[in-house]
Amino acid sequence: MASAGWSSTVASSRLGVYVHLLSAQVRSQAQYGTSFAIDVVGSIAFGLLDVVTVVVLFRVSPTLAGFTFPEVFLMTALASSAFAIADLLVGNVERLRFYVRTGLLDAVLVRPLGALLQLAAMDVAPRRVGRVAFGIAMVALAAVQARLALGPAGLALLAIAPVAGAVIFAAVFVASASVAFWWVESGEMANAVTYGGHDFAAYPVSIYGALMRRAFAYGLGFAFVSYYPALALLGRADPLGAPAALGYCSPLFAVAAAALAGLVWRTGVRHYRSTGS
Amino acid sequence: MTVIEAAGLRKEFVVRTRSGWLRRRTRMVGAVNGIDLRVERGETLGYIGPNGAGKSTTLKMMTGVLFPSAGRLRVCGFEPVPQRIQLARRIGVVFGQRSQLWWDLPLGDSFALLRHVYGVPAGDHAERLARCRRLLDLDAFLDAPVRQLSLGQRMRGELTAALLHSPEVLFLDEPTIGLDVLSKQAVRTFLTSLGATGDTTLVLTTHDLADIERLCRRLVVVDHGRIVHDGSLEDLHARYRSRRRVVVELDEPLPAPLALPGVSVESVQADGRRITYALDGDAATAGELVTRLGAIAALRDISVLEPDIEDVVARLYTDRPGAPSA
Repeated sequence: MASAGWSSTVASSRLGVYVHLLSAQVRSQAQYGTSFAIDVVGSIAFGLLDVVTVVVLFRVSPTLAGFTFPEVFLMTALASSAFAIADLLVGNVERLRFYVRTGLLDAVLVRPLGALLQLAAMDVAPRRVGRVAFGIAMVALAAVQARLALGPAGLALLAIAPVAGAVIFAAVFVASASVAFWWVESGEMANAVTYGGHDFAAYPVSIYGALMRRAFAYGLGFAFVSYYPALALLGRADPLGAPAALGYCSPLFAVAAAALAGLVWRTGVRHYRSTGS
Repeated sequence: MTVIEAAGLRKEFVVRTRSGWLRRRTRMVGAVNGIDLRVERGETLGYIGPNGAGKSTTLKMMTGVLFPSAGRLRVCGFEPVPQRIQLARRIGVVFGQRSQLWWDLPLGDSFALLRHVYGVPAGDHAERLARCRRLLDLDAFLDAPVRQLSLGQRMRGELTAALLHSPEVLFLDEPTIGLDVLSKQAVRTFLTSLGATGDTTLVLTTHDLADIERLCRRLVVVDHGRIVHDGSLEDLHARYRSRRRVVVELDEPLPAPLALPGVSVESVQADGRRITYALDGDAATAGELVTRLGAIAALRDISVLEPDIEDVVARLYTDRPGAPSA
């Protein structure tokens, strides 16, 4: 009891610091007078693009690898909302390579806060809230459209799948950004995995070739973001033969992915080389 | 109480150079090659050395930024990188080139944010801030965004930011670099008074030897990642036989050259009416020289020049480690 109380105090004070850092960031950005409203609209447009792509696809073909429009739309909605949440929270860790290259990470490392927490707060883009809201609306719409008849377990999965997916994306964001600790000129490689992963997760895994499937669906685990949860919600069997309960395992997979990403990050921090003087 | 303890501290970097079309050669370059150092609480230590000597690398290992390749290191009892967060609460860091301040916000906002970052009670924070405002004259630019501050103003802000959580050790990496004379003066005066309290240990790297003369009792000179001198400024002069100079102005040239052990003539000007003597270590004193001169000639003016630390250090850098015999 005592230790639980203590750790929750620590957590809440950390959260407090994070909120202070976030508000500082928001005030900094307000200095430049760009219209927050326009930025939010722009961010929603990204979500809209996901919808348009699926709609256009289904104007060409009535089904996609045996899946109907509402079924694929559910996958797209889950992928889109998960990505939007991850992008809002840690999307900017890809800026790590800039901080490593310039040595600015030094200033981050001498403060008594986790480096990842600080980086996440330093470059947060509040406009991305728009895409998160849009993504959540998409999930609700998709659930209605697919006429999901859900029990308590199903409803819980529907609520938790975007969060678990967000954790998986966040893990990929962090792990791929960590590459900059070893290889400063990693360029856009991290973006290829993260944005590529989002596009991959928007469609049923079964449409991809074996190589892509192995790398993205199973290797990086993007199948757990949308495909497996959607199958479980729809009550459909996986044409590729995976067990039906796998959809309910995505939170577990997310926790494992986050732990692995944390390990990669911490190892990376030890490899940090800084720059001269 | 020992606040910094380093034994056999090393840091090597992997350097890859292109040696062929696709081939790359990898070699290890030692930036810090075995440093042993103990710093006690309240000491003021100047860390100097030529560019690339390993000063900043050492400081970064001590502050938890870089993980040592080998050796033992404890700062405030912590192992810097693995216990980085605990250590960060106990130390203050001013890296001249890496700001701790929020670039686009008023300076005062940065101080308020740092209070939350370090979890400092509001009363303590207000008290320390008030002290810094008075001593560093911050009031005139407390409301200006950091990006609009002059370098001197910003450095005063950085110093305040590093001290608001009352650190046991303050690390300063080239705190006076690029500052104008007045700002340098302000920073040095402030650090002198901070060092004088004996509560805060100061470790600073610098290229400006006036910083050392003003601030540091103890001087550590590094070259090629090794310590080549560790002691007071006087020790350094003694070791390198730094020579004080006495310049005398006479009414008439000397009737005969003066012979005194440990004294040599460095130059004769103005038809023999201005003579510069060099005094060798403790063999002769300026008083003795002046007395002897006064007996044989009429003295108009006398000045004593202290040894120039720049000269000593320049000599130190050109010597290879272990070369000096004194």
